[in-house]
Amino acid sequence: MSAMQADKVLDCSGLLCPMPVIKTSKAIQEIAVGQVLKMIATDPGAPADMEAWAKQTGHELLASEQENGKFVFYIRRTR
Amino acid sequence: MAEERRRRLALIASKGTLDWAYPPFILASTAAALGWEVQVFFTFYGLLLLRPDYNPAVSPLGNPAMPMKMPFGPNGFQEINWPIPVALQALPGFQAMATTLMKMTFKNKNVPSIEELRQMCIDLGVKLIGCQMTMDVFGFTKEDFIPEVEVGGAATFLQFAADADVSLFI
Repeated sequence: MSAMQADKVLDCSGLLCPMPVIKTSKAIQEIAVGQVLKMIATDPGAPADMEAWAKQTGHELLASEQENGKFVFYIRRTR
Repeated sequence: MAEERRRRLALIASKGTLDWAYPPFILASTAAALGWEVQVFFTFYGLLLLRPDYNPAVSPLGNPAMPMKMPFGPNGFQEINWPIPVALQALPGFQAMATTLMKMTFKNKNVPSIEELRQMCIDLGVKLIGCQMTMDVFGFTKEDFIPEVEVGGAATFLQFAADADVSLFI
């Protein structure tokens, strides 16, 4: 539904806690400040976890949505 | 933001079975991924989590809340919670079987193994501290554990925990 542009895509489909959070933390370091990471997950805990992750790390959660039964997150690296 | 003090997580890991091995490593790796400073103090049976050849088991005995399910077969079969009498759970080999089944379930569900989680913690900079007193009591030396382990006592843990934002005994 969103036409948001991502500079990097991380697919965490099939992974459970804590892997999506850990992989996202690694992947965000691999893009430049200001760039956007798209993360895809199937873990039902992911929306709450990603919101908490963004609050803790200070990175900006631009969008948290559902697409074809999967959770999709757009995150901007802020620092 | 850069000058902000890092949050701290202080954990005590006191149990050595497969089921209880997960919480400290999951919390420690997640907190470290969030940028927190993390120390885990391993004491009593928790010390075994730091062995290079750690081979955890789980016992259904005295654990009535443990679901007894099969990790294979059709969905309907996997959903059956088998009513296994306690006397049967005490038989030789039952614990090994229950451990194998739980490990299989974790693998099927894509949950990383304890060794993988432990390595992740190390890579993320989590400090792993072995309890010196327990080592003495159980007859271990520092060489019996993975090389990343540091040794300390209660004062070491308390000093770190005094300034921790979250402290848990597991």
